[in-house]
Amino acid sequence: MTRTLGTTAKYVSLVVGAIFTLLPLGLIFFGSLKTNQEFLSTGPLDLPQDWFNFANYTEAFTRAGMGMAFFNTVIIFAAAIVGTVFIGAGTAYALDRFRFRGRGLVLVLFLLATLVPGVTTQVATFQIINGLGLYGSRWALILLYMGTDIVSVYIFLQFMHSIPKSLDEAAMIEGAGHLRIFLQIILPNLKPAIATVVIIKGIGIYNEFFLPFLYINDPDKLPISTALFKFKGPYGSNWELISAGVVITIIPILVLFLFLQRYIYNGFTSGATK
Amino acid sequence: MTTAPTGLSGPSGAAAEQVTAARASRKGGTGRGPARLRKLTPYLFLIVPVGLLLLLTYLPVVNMFWYSVTDWDGLDKVKNFVGFDNYVETFTDPQTVRVFYVSLYYIVGSFVQMALALYFATILSFKVRFKNMWKGILFFPYLINGVAIGLIFLNFLKPGGGLDTVLMKAGLDGLIHQWTGDPNIANYALAGVSVWRYTGLTFVMFLGAIQSINSDIYEAAALDGATRWHEFWHIILPSIRPIVGLAFILGISGSLSVFEIPYVMTGGSNGTETFVIRTVWMAFNRNMVGLASAMAVVLLVFVLLVTWLQRKLIPEEVDLT
Repeated sequence: MTRTLGTTAKYVSLVVGAIFTLLPLGLIFFGSLKTNQEFLSTGPLDLPQDWFNFANYTEAFTRAGMGMAFFNTVIIFAAAIVGTVFIGAGTAYALDRFRFRGRGLVLVLFLLATLVPGVTTQVATFQIINGLGLYGSRWALILLYMGTDIVSVYIFLQFMHSIPKSLDEAAMIEGAGHLRIFLQIILPNLKPAIATVVIIKGIGIYNEFFLPFLYINDPDKLPISTALFKFKGPYGSNWELISAGVVITIIPILVLFLFLQRYIYNGFTSGATK
Repeated sequence: MTTAPTGLSGPSGAAAEQVTAARASRKGGTGRGPARLRKLTPYLFLIVPVGLLLLLTYLPVVNMFWYSVTDWDGLDKVKNFVGFDNYVETFTDPQTVRVFYVSLYYIVGSFVQMALALYFATILSFKVRFKNMWKGILFFPYLINGVAIGLIFLNFLKPGGGLDTVLMKAGLDGLIHQWTGDPNIANYALAGVSVWRYTGLTFVMFLGAIQSINSDIYEAAALDGATRWHEFWHIILPSIRPIVGLAFILGISGSLSVFEIPYVMTGGSNGTETFVIRTVWMAFNRNMVGLASAMAVVLLVFVLLVTWLQRKLIPEEVDLT
């Protein structure tokens, strides 16, 4: 008796949790398929009259600049991820495979840096980026994304340790130099770590708002987050259009999540515990 | 949650390795080309990463301390030393002191979040139908863009929006409020949105920790006639204490540095201004870089203090990094 009661309570709580999670998302989706008139005259829980009314989506993509924003995000992501992989893997290679003067100091520097939250230092970081003449440039974001990502360094360090040293040694006997060992032995063997970093970093960059908000002012260079934020201004009263912008932002992440669930869970939990 | 990567055991261990390495290289022919190159290799690999680390993390921290004792406006060539004036202002200006108080809503929110995460992680670690579906639904909000979340909830909480309509249909008209407009309610609403956003991550972290508990322990407990409640209290909770501790610091430091949700939803109006919103406003709208730096230093010190306290209280958690 208590057993069935417990089971019922368990499923009821799960359903309630799921409704709380999904309802706000569902309503934004309904709204994105309504016309302006319809949005104002129907209740938020009413279903859209035409399930194939994609007019808001085309407008968000073209007039409101979501297309351009996707392009900017992809460019920034591509450059930053290449930098992050080389920086993370290079650091891990040097720290795991070599013993040298100053190694302890470098480890301590990376360790302490994990304690400094990026938001707290932007007041001063801004002056450095500005001093480099990068304010307003996509390079400001690329540099910050690849230069301050300590979590990735740790993911690579941890993984590097599991690559057998005998692989390096065999290559060295055949006369390979350190650069060749790094590029041809280490990097290919780091593939799972690279995949993890690409996924969590990709989602991180895609969702980042604070940095583009501080450093990018040119409307043509805005990435997704800040482009979506701009909807609040000129389209502030067109909720059906804002809704479409929100759904457009969510779809790529949803698709990624459905296909790569396991990697995403692992990536974020290992990322958070670093 | 696995063991720490090599060499992180402590600087002393690394230093010892260094000495032996140095001795070994001295024995093997001094000054020969390849040997020298080998000694140089790690530095070549580290020059860019460490350079960026110093330029983008350490230099700002040092500069921030320096700016915080000046009256700099961000443009002027001259920075006048003003001592601790900026710190005094941070702790005495009523407008600024208010933002500390706003953090409390989010700290309470992070406890709610941990409780919810712990509850769902526990029930989903036992036999449940459609386990992956529930897990996916609860986790997904964490992956959504913060701006999108702000807009989703502006739509959901606006007068006559989704929440009001649901309350009305349920006959609870009395509960309807100006969710983001009423200064007495707005911070609860925004903290609630934060709970919605972050519960998924905490939940997945807890679930992973619970699932890595050796199943033999449950079997032994079952033989001893333990109930589910006993299992939770005597097996699950003690086993995942380190992760709970970690979620605790993430929650506190996150609560102190909230920015996106209140900035997108209210812009800091109606008494919802947070520490970071105010710091950014001081630095970039009012050009008071000195004062903003002092505020940022205070925030940094708080975060470091919480981290230190947490490590002190849960000493077995040594492999955090």
